[in-house]
Amino acid sequence: MNFPILSSLILLPIVGALFLFFTKDKEGNNLTAKYVALFTTIVNFLISIYLWIAFEQSTSSFQFIEDRIWIEGFINYKVGIDGISILFIILTTFITPLCVISVNNSVKNRLRDFLIAILIMESFMIGVFCALDLVVFYLFFEAGLIPMFLIIGIWGGTRRVYSAFKFFLYTLLGSVLMLVAIISIYWITGTTDVVKLYEIGIDVKYQNLLWLAFFSSFAVKTPMWPVHTWLPDAHVEAPTAGSVLLAAILLKMAGYGFIRFSLGLFPVASETFTPLVYVLSVIAIIFTSLIALMQEDMKKLIAYSSVAHMGFVTLGIFTLQQQGIEGSIIQMISHGLVSAALFLTVGVVYDRMHSRLISTYGGLVSVIPKYSILFMIFALASLGLPGTSGFIGEFLILMGAFKDNFLVAVIASLGVILGAAYMLWLYKRVVFGKLINEDLKKIVDLNRSEYFVLSCLAAPILFYGFYPDPLINTIEVSVTDLISMHETNLASK
Amino acid sequence: MENLNLILPEIFISLSIMFLLILGVFKKDSSKITVNLSLFAILITTIITINETFSVNRETIFNGSIVIDQMSSLMKIITLIGGFLVLVISSTYLKTFKLYNIEYPILILSSILGMMVMISSNDLIVFYMGLELQSLALYVLATYNRDQLKSSEAGLKYFVLSALSSGLLLYGCSLVYGFSGSTNFDIISNQLNSNEYVLTFGIVFILVGLAFKISAVPFHMWAPDVYEGSPTTVTLFFTIVPKIAALTVFIRFLYVPFLNLIDQWQMIIIFLSISSMIFGAVAAIGQTNIKRLIAYSSISHIGYTLAGLATATNEGIQSSIIYISIYVVMNLALFSCLLMLRRKDQYYEDIDDLSGLSKNHPLLSLCLLLILFSLAGIPPLAGFFAKFYVFKAVLEQSMYFLAIVGLLSTVVAAFYYLRIIKIIYFDKEKDKYDTDHSLWLKFSLTVSTILILFYFIFPSPLIDVVSRINII
Repeated sequence: MNFPILSSLILLPIVGALFLFFTKDKEGNNLTAKYVALFTTIVNFLISIYLWIAFEQSTSSFQFIEDRIWIEGFINYKVGIDGISILFIILTTFITPLCVISVNNSVKNRLRDFLIAILIMESFMIGVFCALDLVVFYLFFEAGLIPMFLIIGIWGGTRRVYSAFKFFLYTLLGSVLMLVAIISIYWITGTTDVVKLYEIGIDVKYQNLLWLAFFSSFAVKTPMWPVHTWLPDAHVEAPTAGSVLLAAILLKMAGYGFIRFSLGLFPVASETFTPLVYVLSVIAIIFTSLIALMQEDMKKLIAYSSVAHMGFVTLGIFTLQQQGIEGSIIQMISHGLVSAALFLTVGVVYDRMHSRLISTYGGLVSVIPKYSILFMIFALASLGLPGTSGFIGEFLILMGAFKDNFLVAVIASLGVILGAAYMLWLYKRVVFGKLINEDLKKIVDLNRSEYFVLSCLAAPILFYGFYPDPLINTIEVSVTDLISMHETNLASK
Repeated sequence: MENLNLILPEIFISLSIMFLLILGVFKKDSSKITVNLSLFAILITTIITINETFSVNRETIFNGSIVIDQMSSLMKIITLIGGFLVLVISSTYLKTFKLYNIEYPILILSSILGMMVMISSNDLIVFYMGLELQSLALYVLATYNRDQLKSSEAGLKYFVLSALSSGLLLYGCSLVYGFSGSTNFDIISNQLNSNEYVLTFGIVFILVGLAFKISAVPFHMWAPDVYEGSPTTVTLFFTIVPKIAALTVFIRFLYVPFLNLIDQWQMIIIFLSISSMIFGAVAAIGQTNIKRLIAYSSISHIGYTLAGLATATNEGIQSSIIYISIYVVMNLALFSCLLMLRRKDQYYEDIDDLSGLSKNHPLLSLCLLLILFSLAGIPPLAGFFAKFYVFKAVLEQSMYFLAIVGLLSTVVAAFYYLRIIKIIYFDKEKDKYDTDHSLWLKFSLTVSTILILFYFIFPSPLIDVVSRINII
């Protein structure tokens, strides 16, 4: 047995949180707490980078596996990673320290408690991406609700209570059906171990219902149309760091779940329900893009754009093509970076002006040029300009979609145009134009920490836009094997 | 000669009651020493129970009218520990209301004795005696704060309704006796067969009577009023200890004398379970008093416990027992928090009194947060596992409807737990509460919260103990 590196990834943030719990909570800018949190998250990031280096790309089997008996004869604590999950883990460990740095301005009171919540959240999110047992996965998946509920509810905006409740109850409602499905899988097959389940497969006659139960959970979390309505509320009311975690990582849990569980465990049902997912994804892309066009509130606009982008992701996953799935994974990573960055950019001006309304702004380019440049990079990445990571993802997804279903691909491509429309229009209204609002003249440009955080996000967006090979190499074998396994499963049944 | 060692716990506790009664009458100002001696007696009884009966697989004495098996010893131990903790954390509250008398510990001891008899009963008459012993003690306990109108009302209400249910129960017992010709469970089980139409009435009456005792919907009406009116420590006693005994009896009735008639009662249990889960969750939403809210939440928790019983498997029974054990811990923790809401000799029990608690009392609020999320069944807290085991057993029998309804009602229930968390964490703060709590209160809160939080790391011990219970 090697060193339990994945468990230490999961546990380290909790240790940090415990440490914070025993430090004294000072009012105002609690530097000790920040440094502790920052240190923990950066160490975690370094561990995950080491993980990526040590990761063997040429195989699709799970690596760094830890398998311990947890409940005798029933559940094992089993974690492990393959090419798909490692990217999400790195995304998580990369985004969290940035959240901690950016926490400065958005959280005024109880900073220590906020950092504890973020750290605990990080550990649950890593847990979701490592879990190789359905029950362990469910545990992490659901446990994340608690800190997120508190983040939105305690540190949120004016309608935070409504949003926190909506977020919690929506996701819980979706997930309980998944729990029924997980227990049913245990009784049907005798195990909840994902690796074993991949081998033995699940009887076709059960697959449809089980697939729907999992779908209900993931669809809410993704979120897909028409159960996306919690997302704009949650995003708008959550503090900046909360929105970033929510958009960058929490939504990806569902996409990851679709790939790992829906495709992997229920190949026949996935095939059956592909039209359903197509229809919902296309509606999400077109409909929420149109809604995004009409938003007055910047955070809401980005929230709706997230729904549209996640529509691309679900579309790509269920093309069941190599390009589609790879595109979806890259789109998720890219969206994780871009949406985090966009929420942070909105957070920057919100901290200064205390308004998220687009109409408050205009002409920012003449007062805060650095900010405007970075905002431009992120806006362009969001609409999928070639040279940014957003392009790679969308392009691969559409390629996969054209292979599978021409009509769907054509409609989805229209979504790309709409995406460009709302993003550019947002950018035009906020950054360009005349500087009318007198208050804006006193606005100051990015401070050091904001500049650092946003540059950290811009670098990988541009880098992987030009050179996506490291990402694709990591996931390629895993995706190929997933698809071949899917096809053999289909053929055998 | 019967092996009296097996009922040594009961004998010891009855002797202690008599001794304490005499001591209390003849010695002046003996309330403190009575309480301490009662605690001691419970402790000794627990040790005797563990020593004498824990390794016994199944034995009957007194012509099979008393049974000692794995279930009875485990449930007795839980009852005793529950009673001990209730008694030990009550003292500050009782002193505040000038209720710190000798009667309180003695009544608690008597009701515990009644419950122990119930738990071990294998005979209709023995069962009924135990039931009445515990009920009579509980009636008095409910009215214990007799200067308060609400407390007297609670006691009276409880007495009238409980007497009614006992009547129904007794009628059912007589019908069963009429058909089987015996009061012994084992003999009844051999004599009964499902062809006898009127027998169903007997079962229904017995089930109705038992459903009253555990306050399952639609026989729950007394619970909210009684829980609200009784002194808080008595409410705590009500919510945990009698439930354990009643559940044990429920299990024994269903699975020993009536096992052959499963077709007759399974639908009834499913109905009780579903209606309790839904009603408990929905009705709690509008409550403003924490004790009333706990009453409704305990109704819905009873629904989950019954869901395990509806499966007619050993796994189902075990899951119900796990559920009730975890529920006892959660309720104990919740009431410990409630007893800490004290400001200058006044206790607060409205939900609004919790407003902004997290600012002034961060640790207490954190405990409440964990307890409430656990009650709502959110992983990785203990409450989730309780539900998990129950639904695992339910789904084994492919009872999908029950499982889905149950899980959906957890979402409804989550709403009102979240509402309390919202009041604690998101709302404006109020004045500080006193922090000079008794050591025992702090102890019980700490231990139960730690159990709730860290149960997921070591889930096996509880399962190991419970999995030795094989009734069928």
